[in-house]
Amino acid sequence: MDSSALLRLRGVVKKFGDFTALKGVDLDIVEGEFFTIVGPSGSGKSTLIRLLVGMDELTEGSIWLRDGRIDETPANLRPTCMVFQSLALFPHMTVGQNIEFPLKLRKEAPAARRARAEELLDLLRLPRSYYDKRISQCSGGERQRVALARALAFDPEILFFDEPLSALDYRLRKTLEKELKDLHARTGKTFVYITHSLEEAMVMSDRIAIMKEGHFEQIAVADEIYSAPVSRFVAEFMGEVNLFGLRADDAGLITSDILKIRAGVAVDNLDPGGHGLLMVRPEYVRFAGGERAFDFTLTGTLHGEYALGSRIQYEIETTGGMVTVEKLREDRLNASEGEQVTIGFDSAVTHFIREAT
Amino acid sequence: MRTLDRKLGLLSSLPLAVVLVVSFLAPLVVVAIFSVMPQKVFSLTNMPDFSSYAVFFDQGYYKSLLWSLGMALVSTVILLVVCWPLSYAMAKVFKKFTLVLTIAVVMSLFVSENIRLFGWVLTLMKGGLIEGHIRAWTGVGFDSPLYGVPIIVFGLVYVYLPFMLFPLAQGIAMVPDDTRQAAYDLGATRWQVLWQIEVPLAAPGIVVGSLLSFVLAAGALAESKILGGQAVIAIADDIETAFTFGQNWPLGSALSMILIVIIGGLALFGVSKVDLDAIMGRKR
Repeated sequence: MDSSALLRLRGVVKKFGDFTALKGVDLDIVEGEFFTIVGPSGSGKSTLIRLLVGMDELTEGSIWLRDGRIDETPANLRPTCMVFQSLALFPHMTVGQNIEFPLKLRKEAPAARRARAEELLDLLRLPRSYYDKRISQCSGGERQRVALARALAFDPEILFFDEPLSALDYRLRKTLEKELKDLHARTGKTFVYITHSLEEAMVMSDRIAIMKEGHFEQIAVADEIYSAPVSRFVAEFMGEVNLFGLRADDAGLITSDILKIRAGVAVDNLDPGGHGLLMVRPEYVRFAGGERAFDFTLTGTLHGEYALGSRIQYEIETTGGMVTVEKLREDRLNASEGEQVTIGFDSAVTHFIREAT
Repeated sequence: MRTLDRKLGLLSSLPLAVVLVVSFLAPLVVVAIFSVMPQKVFSLTNMPDFSSYAVFFDQGYYKSLLWSLGMALVSTVILLVVCWPLSYAMAKVFKKFTLVLTIAVVMSLFVSENIRLFGWVLTLMKGGLIEGHIRAWTGVGFDSPLYGVPIIVFGLVYVYLPFMLFPLAQGIAMVPDDTRQAAYDLGATRWQVLWQIEVPLAAPGIVVGSLLSFVLAAGALAESKILGGQAVIAIADDIETAFTFGQNWPLGSALSMILIVIIGGLALFGVSKVDLDAIMGRKR
């Protein structure tokens, strides 16, 4: 057992009647990291955070905080705290009273409480005059900051987040994502964040866990999740991706039903007799032209062209299905719909996902 | 166009306004004027002398008022304590069973209050359903709990339970589950969650329920007459007697005015303290 981890989960199982929401989850969270658990709805991430916070009981397994087992400790005695999706601010209290709530429970003196509340308002860049404001007078972003301040006032060992940004509009969400990352750096606290958006996770996290049907599909740093996913599920979870089936015969010769492969090309992790998926992100696919020869090429007809702001996305219909290509605006392709195009990419920009034989 | 709307609005509110003035305000004004008339007159054209208010203090009617208010207060407090867990369950725990409970409680209102109270008399009296059976089986009897103050309070609690239960359940339904869990997560004990989160957020329901049951209980007379055997006299009983046997309309009016002012003041104070729109399901 890795004793350097702050929070450890061992064989955590949660069943609701016949339905198993968590199928034996193991996890180590290191002190001070920003750890994000990502998964589609129904993947068990909300169930997991409810167990971590103490709002639900586990069926099997254990949860450890430092050297103590905490899964039987009630939520109000755990040194952890959660920012709710709804924020769960207390509408009958002012901003200041909300922030001071955990301090008041600990019977801290009013002056000390006030000082701490003002410190937290400063930390979250809210004016001190907000101390006496009512919650109903605060905007969505301000409420978010009040909820954060209240959680920080509790001074938890671990701060949990249950999709607190999901109800906000896009621009505010982007701003708050960066603020949250910044706040993590300034406070040095351990953040465990839950979201269904891998994009959100990428912006903020040190490490990301991808959850699928009650287990972790992959736990890795953000870069690795993006560039080296372990499965089709993880690869497709992070937006657009092109996947091509590849196999190697017993002599090690690589073949594909769709791709034309340059002689002598090697693919990492593809052993003789094995098969799997070759992944290439749309931004790495090139349009063929001139002398440049690619490791992998294929032809198809240009099906559609979509403007994505700074980039343009092309969809190319091939015998192996739709292939997505993205170009910067200035590298726009001079071709019209229905035209025959050849695309290609090199082995270096691909990632091979081995499948069990 | 604007002025036409306004005219039509005034016009269409006229019938109800007339009905309210004639049937609600007018009798109240008559009672108020009668209350300052000399004793035992039947006309409003006498010289006011406020003698009825002196009688209220001289002849001990204030005791009836204090009994009524006191018993109403005690029964309201008991109702709050009894109904809180039940309302909580109705709002948060019972699912389909809430409907069954609601129908059961509402059904009891279909039977006249007096008949239900007489049912309790038959159940509790000496030789009645309970004591009679126990005496027949064991040979040992006991005194009836009837005809005392506690049984009157019991009667008030029993009769006015629905008026506390439903507003309270409404109020508790307004407490978001997340706020309760967040408070608990932030280190609050169950009691702290109750007092600092649930009670303040359910306040509109608590105030409405308490006002309804207090006001109704303060003006009740059947419980003290039927269950209490007039062990103590309720103020409503005094008012009735003054108007009927006593043939003293000014006294009855004065007693009514005192009760109206106290209860009205209390109701206004209570309502001003909470956001009634919240419980009526409207957003501000």
